[in-house]
Amino acid sequence: MEAILFYIFAIGVLVAGAQVILRRNPIYGAVSLAGAFFFLAGIYVLLSAHLIAILQIIVYAGAVMVLFVFVIMLLNLKEEELGEQRVTFWKAAGVAAVVATAGVLVWRALGPAYPTDPSQIRDNAVAMSAQGFGGVKAVGKVLYLSSVLPFEITSLLLLVAVVAAVVVAKGKI
Amino acid sequence: MTDFFYSHQPQHYLVLAALLFALGAAGVVLRRNAIIVLLSIELMLNAVNLSFLAFTRFPLVANPPMPGGIQQGHAATFFVIATAAAEAAVGLAIIIAVFRSRLSINVDEFDTLKF
Repeated sequence: MEAILFYIFAIGVLVAGAQVILRRNPIYGAVSLAGAFFFLAGIYVLLSAHLIAILQIIVYAGAVMVLFVFVIMLLNLKEEELGEQRVTFWKAAGVAAVVATAGVLVWRALGPAYPTDPSQIRDNAVAMSAQGFGGVKAVGKVLYLSSVLPFEITSLLLLVAVVAAVVVAKGKI
Repeated sequence: MTDFFYSHQPQHYLVLAALLFALGAAGVVLRRNAIIVLLSIELMLNAVNLSFLAFTRFPLVANPPMPGGIQQGHAATFFVIATAAAEAAVGLAIIIAVFRSRLSINVDEFDTLKF
């Protein structure tokens, strides 16, 4: 069951991801990327990362993609300003070859890293289910106890990014 | 070979992460549209997140020496998501500012720094 769901989500992620880089119009790319984020959230749930899956949908598919779509709307590009020829067969074949090579490389490199017997592989979703692996409580404890400093720096980073985005995009304050 | 396709193994997630990262890298190299370059960067960041989460659920060593325990991987993913949001905001602001002065978002035309 888990394997079937994994393959459904994985094919969805890859098809949507390929649409992002093969489509000429950025609005199709942005919408496909939102779809890819939803499929990825499904894969995160398969990995028992429930909090991260929800954050993925709220922050990425919600906030970041809305930002992208707004900017595409603001730029309001004309058809000739997109200025790229359509996807040729060789471009698509080249992307497929690069992606397949990366997959085979990682497969060959990581194949021997885990024990061949599946029951020997440590599965934290089972081993740590008592501590609520991947839930809000467990991840929150890590965030607020052992990585408080990075957490606070992240809040500062977001503040700087908000100010920087306004300053850069507005031109004259 | 058949084992790889018919069973549920941690390698599957890592291979998917590699495929996704390669797609994003290909988009950054191939495309000339600045917005699509940013979208491809988001794809690559998500591939890294996926490998973090895969290694958190299926660690290679039983007790990794991390201050917050193995769940530190989820915290790292959280920070990547926050940083990606900041990156998208600043990157899109830069695209708007450049579009205002050059009236184009084709990265081939931003060659003022090139000799």
